[in-house]
Amino acid sequence: MIGISHFLLISACLFGLGIIGVICRRNALVVFMSIELMLNAANLTLVGFSRVYGHADGHVLAFFVIALAAVEVAVGLSILLTVAGHTDDIDTQKMRFLKG
Amino acid sequence: MDTVFFYIFTGLTLISALCVISFRNTLSSAVSLVVCFFGLAGLFALLQAHLLAALQILVYAGAIMVLFLFVIMLLNLGQKEISRVKMAFLPVVGILLGVYLIAILVLDFKNIPVSFPPLTIDDFGSIKTVGRTLFTQYLIPFEIISILLLIGVVGVVSVAKYDREEGTP
Repeated sequence: MIGISHFLLISACLFGLGIIGVICRRNALVVFMSIELMLNAANLTLVGFSRVYGHADGHVLAFFVIALAAVEVAVGLSILLTVAGHTDDIDTQKMRFLKG
Repeated sequence: MDTVFFYIFTGLTLISALCVISFRNTLSSAVSLVVCFFGLAGLFALLQAHLLAALQILVYAGAIMVLFLFVIMLLNLGQKEISRVKMAFLPVVGILLGVYLIAILVLDFKNIPVSFPPLTIDDFGSIKTVGRTLFTQYLIPFEIISILLLIGVVGVVSVAKYDREEGTP
């Protein structure tokens, strides 16, 4: 029998994988993808609890998260393109020219 | 039947998520991310969230991934690999932190006894139900989201139009 805890476990694993990706990877594009993974883990939790309580509120919140992720990716990738135009590299360890 | 599909989609999601963070080639990571989004869309469909399953494929696998692939093609970093790890302790710390987080969450979640109650409305998760909630109770947040999208468009254009020679937007 599949219950809410199964979905929460998947969500936890996805979020942890996203955290590992953000901390370990130095490719800025993969860091963005890991952030997407974490947003999707949050979405899965929202939809799961929405199913438990029988309201559509969680679906609406997940819809907002999807819209927010679209904006975040667009802005982030355009900043990334500008940075790559300056330094010809997307290594997060080398992006130090904003340091005061 | 649902159980079989649940485990198929779970495996698809988690394995491809692992592939996203472990592949060295960025393009392979992006394609794994598409597979991950499809698995998540299947899980949403199992949770009766049909509208969100469709949106997940349309917006994530359609729009956002095309954006990622465009940037990968534009940057054209295929030959020039990101240099191998110099700071050896950071990945170890990251993996330890991530595994610790997963362990805490899993130990918390695994004893929750809640199974899904039967649905009270027939068309739960359909475009009608979600749309009614979205446009009555959540109308103002919806409008704010549209303003956020507008801000995003303006921000992207102003960043992209930055003139490198003159140093002015």
